[in-house]
Amino acid sequence: MNPKRRQRLFIVLFIVVGVGIAVGLTLFALNQNINLFYSPTQIAQGEAPEGRRIRAGGMVVDGSVIRSQESLEVSFEITDYENTVRVEYAGILPDLFREGQGIVAQGELDSRGVLKAVEVLAKHDENYMPPEVAEALEKAGKMPRPAGQEFNK
Amino acid sequence: MPRWFYQLASPRWCYQITGRLLPGFSIVALLLLLGGTVWALAFAPADYQQGNSFRIIYLHVPSAILAQSCYMLMAVAGAIGLIWKMKVADMVAKSCAPIGATMAVLALLTGAIWGKPTWGSWWVWDARLTSMLILFFLYLGVMALNSAIESESTAAQASAVLALVGLVNIPIIKYSVEWWNTLHQPATFKLTEKPAMPAEMWLPLLVMVIGFYCFFAVSLMMRLRNEILRRERRSGWVRDLLLSK
Repeated sequence: MNPKRRQRLFIVLFIVVGVGIAVGLTLFALNQNINLFYSPTQIAQGEAPEGRRIRAGGMVVDGSVIRSQESLEVSFEITDYENTVRVEYAGILPDLFREGQGIVAQGELDSRGVLKAVEVLAKHDENYMPPEVAEALEKAGKMPRPAGQEFNK
Repeated sequence: MPRWFYQLASPRWCYQITGRLLPGFSIVALLLLLGGTVWALAFAPADYQQGNSFRIIYLHVPSAILAQSCYMLMAVAGAIGLIWKMKVADMVAKSCAPIGATMAVLALLTGAIWGKPTWGSWWVWDARLTSMLILFFLYLGVMALNSAIESESTAAQASAVLALVGLVNIPIIKYSVEWWNTLHQPATFKLTEKPAMPAEMWLPLLVMVIGFYCFFAVSLMMRLRNEILRRERRSGWVRDLLLSK
């Protein structure tokens, strides 16, 4: 390789590596701000600000869903299998909402540590399967459940 | 360097070889895309949670993969053009940008259409969606630079540098779902693990992905041939070619 080309090769490598390091450090510094939501553990540790609009994500705890008889009000707990946070919401839930489903709720924490949600989104996991397979797995008790890790990075 | 690498540098040779490859790739792309679409829409089973709406995966995943592959090809071609001053590499990089931008738009649109019924929202500013939007803007930037600068070689240099700077975005897109809390789910397919999807669902997806790659090859070769003819219009062989027809 002649010296001219070698010099240009180094310039190209310098651009790629330099930009990579710069962006890498920036992202590392901004790590917490890039997360879409706080996990229940982060909320329990007081990392989430009170009285400001935040998002919380976790699995809906089995048997925790309480629906109001006369209105759309609903209350449930979300967990990352270490801590839980209660969420209160009035509105239409997404179709995928169910116990054991991952969700992301947007709202404000009140003084009791309850999230007053204004929006609830369902978080789909990476598992896909036909209904018959799901039924068989459910019967055998081998349904894959997203690890709590998924909500706590 | 092997001989074929230097042959690639000849626009004339490139024009001839792509002319020979085009029919084969077009037929394979057409067959795979048609077969894959019918298989995916009519024969693959529905998902246990999402029902039939999950079938948009057969467009969403291939277009998202292609948008990223195309970007990598564009950056590598741009680097080769910068270092070796190879005109054909510049032309490849220039031809990649509009195709990649289309794929990125397709991935973003199909994702939004899927997101509304599944998540309950068309758009969320999470790391995966945002980095994919940045990829789209990078493509637009490369296209804008290419058309804004009069001199062909300066335009190629400027857009190659932009493409190389934007290359950092590719690993960010890939790993965004693992590094941060996102609404977008992690990858269903990993090189090291079994896919989190049964074979009757991922086989049509594989057909679609290969079909998309073939389609990409076809459209890239067609754009490249146009670009070669346009830039080499003053050379003898292009004149002979046009006069002989």
